[in-house]
Amino acid sequence: MRAYLAIFGARFRALLQYRAAAMAGLVTQVFWGFVRVMIFTAFYASTDAPQPMTLAEVITYIWLTQALLRLLPWQPDTDVEQLIPDGNVAYELMRPLDVYGLWFARAVALRSAPMLLRCLPMLLPAYLWFGMGLPASPAAAVVFLVSVLGAIVLSAAITTLLSVSMLVTISGRGIHVLSISVINLMSGAIVPLSLLPDWSQPVLTLLPFRGLLDTPFRIYLGHLPLDAAAGAIAHQFLWALGLMLLGRMLLQRALRHVVVQGG
Amino acid sequence: MAQIIVENLRKRFIVAKRRKGMLGALAGVVHREHRVVEALAGVGFTVEAGELVGYIGPNGAGKSTTVKVLSGILVPDEGRCEVQGRVPWLERIEHVAHIGVVFGQRTQLWWDLPVVESFDLLRDIYRVEQKDHARRLEQLVAALDIGGILDTPVRQLSLGQRMRCDVVAALLHGPRLLFLDEPTIGLDAPAKLAVREFIRELNREHGTTVILTTHDMDDIEALCSRVVVIDRGRIFCDGSLDALRARVGVERRLTLELESDASLEIEGARIVEREGPRVVLAFDPERISPAALIARITEQHPVRDLLVENPPIEEIVARLYDDAREETS
Amino acid sequence: MFEHLRLYTRYFAVSVRSQLQYRASVLMTMIGHLLVTGFEFFGMWALFDRFGQLRGWSLAEVALLYGMANIAFAFAEAAGRGFKIFGKMVRNGDFDRILLRPRGTAFQVGAQHFELVRLGRLLQGLAVLGYAVVELDLIVSAPRVALLGSAIVGGACIFTGLFVVQATVAFWTVESLELFATVTYGGVETAQYPMAIYRDGFRNFFTYVIPLAFVNYVPALAVLDRPESFGPQWLAWMSPLFGVAFLWLCLQGWRVGVRHYRSTGS
Repeated sequence: MRAYLAIFGARFRALLQYRAAAMAGLVTQVFWGFVRVMIFTAFYASTDAPQPMTLAEVITYIWLTQALLRLLPWQPDTDVEQLIPDGNVAYELMRPLDVYGLWFARAVALRSAPMLLRCLPMLLPAYLWFGMGLPASPAAAVVFLVSVLGAIVLSAAITTLLSVSMLVTISGRGIHVLSISVINLMSGAIVPLSLLPDWSQPVLTLLPFRGLLDTPFRIYLGHLPLDAAAGAIAHQFLWALGLMLLGRMLLQRALRHVVVQGG
Repeated sequence: MAQIIVENLRKRFIVAKRRKGMLGALAGVVHREHRVVEALAGVGFTVEAGELVGYIGPNGAGKSTTVKVLSGILVPDEGRCEVQGRVPWLERIEHVAHIGVVFGQRTQLWWDLPVVESFDLLRDIYRVEQKDHARRLEQLVAALDIGGILDTPVRQLSLGQRMRCDVVAALLHGPRLLFLDEPTIGLDAPAKLAVREFIRELNREHGTTVILTTHDMDDIEALCSRVVVIDRGRIFCDGSLDALRARVGVERRLTLELESDASLEIEGARIVEREGPRVVLAFDPERISPAALIARITEQHPVRDLLVENPPIEEIVARLYDDAREETS
Repeated sequence: MFEHLRLYTRYFAVSVRSQLQYRASVLMTMIGHLLVTGFEFFGMWALFDRFGQLRGWSLAEVALLYGMANIAFAFAEAAGRGFKIFGKMVRNGDFDRILLRPRGTAFQVGAQHFELVRLGRLLQGLAVLGYAVVELDLIVSAPRVALLGSAIVGGACIFTGLFVVQATVAFWTVESLELFATVTYGGVETAQYPMAIYRDGFRNFFTYVIPLAFVNYVPALAVLDRPESFGPQWLAWMSPLFGVAFLWLCLQGWRVGVRHYRSTGS
């Protein structure tokens, strides 16, 4: 266990170095946030009908999205991506660690460090000047944090599964372009899930992606009372577990194949 | 008029200093310290059409900077430079249309394409007439023996094959002046010989001027009648290889295979290497002739085999660089 | 001029043939890009489904803007990809080779790569545009088609100019600043919606600094016969002019970058 923590720690610290990129990324995300806020403001001004979320809540949701955007599992781990053309997969097998655990630990770092670098500088101005609201209650804030942890774990599981898929398929590229759009839509990054049509809600509730952003955000906004929140968090961790087991199984099969072929 | 005229070329680079440690890195964000590197401190020489010149110097001496200025990539701070009647950096497009450049370590060919397609593309880029292109291509392909690999994608070529193709690529538009930067690096012996032979022919038969920048002293020895040595941004030495040898010192080498391991002490010669029965001696031919030295040795020690030669050019050049350092410091 | 076009066609053929070696991957990725933008449009559709209209604009009308913006951007993305990979070239020293060839640097960098997979966005843009035309019962008259075409040309020029600016930064810093992705991808997202909904400062930036409004919003107003006016009617036809002028400005910036590179030696 200590070894995995060490791997996580090392990668985490390495990723924290990318401060300049984080700052530049901040400007981008403030821009995006503003565009979205303006678009939604215009939409809300176009009708008097009541909506599942108020405009103020949508604005908070938008800024929370920008703050946590980096935890989304858009791409497999680039280190893994490089293993294949470099032919270094065999080296991974030689480490005295469970390969899946190794990749997972790295993925957790990958999905938490860049996000953490940006979220505070993002949230402070958002709250002070851009119209973001506070959590619905102190309890909501605490549960929110737990849920963010769940989101990170879930994201790491998805990332690792994507990384494994690189070994399994020949042309991984197409899948990844697809994965970005699916994840963006179904996590709530494009439109808050509550605002999507009613007929899509069952699918969205079932799939894991809502656990990445929508679940923590609804907890923050107070839309999920404690028992429902517990259920949602369980949903996050269950999916994470399921995807981890799936990823682990696929990886073991793929590695056996690699060894047989001689790397 | 000389083909290349260089006078008092100066170029300085401002390099940011890296600070150490975390505090240094943070401080570095706010305030960067700089130091000035004088890459060229008044370089001057001329080259006539048809010469085959070696341009050598220790690492960081200013070789590639000079070549970059001559090829038009880099703009110098001061000085005069004319190549084939043009100022390279002022008339870039006109200038580069009439020179060829081969970088030993980077290919200019398109990685995924068959070699011949790179050649076709270059023909269009350089606006070469179809029949000129066809003629030149045929000659170059034959001379460098790449007929069999014309349809092979560049990424599948061996280093030697790729190098030969790069040389062809650089000459397709018929330049009268060719810059070669480390053209034989990483090549095996037959490939090296092939490339060297080709360059020699090119210079002798077609009168193409060649400027050769390299660390491979065998190339220099095999090809260059004239060698220009640069160190720390200044021309240290400019003349024939023999003149270079003379300048550095006229020691010659005598390699002996003795019958025994017996110790050897000969007046007028010093031992450079000793390994069992094999001895390498250095001597000054002005003081004692090779024949006399051999006689002196064989008087006392039975000799199985011997060889007289000049010191390896690497040593001459290394000595040269040391002298240059002493002089400029 | 034509000679350059001929050479560009050669570069194009080379680039495309090289990519077609991996046909399956290209196809999959193209479908992927098609679907990506498809998902984005679904988001927009869902909002109209819920809210009915956007400050007096219907989904079909916004779809017109959306289609135009994405088609223009797709062309710029595909053709301007050379500028995207330019940063790596500078770091590798490959730009020296560009300087050693007797052709303009921007031309060489731009022509070196035409990324096929970006045409996935083109297909999606065409689909959305088609939907808009059908839904709005727009008569496909010659002037209308010409207006749309000229707007797309102008838009492609502006987005290409932005890619050039993004690449020019690489002459100074090693990190190709993510900052510029803001303006390129942010620009196309902004253009998908009517300029009227944006705040003044924001709108002015995308009208007078980067003339996106002139190559997308203004021509769309004319095509849709909408009551809003943004100056005289003939302004709608000026898109290519705005586009080319902006691109020309960006290329001047590029030349400054090249000059810097040639005096500092990378």
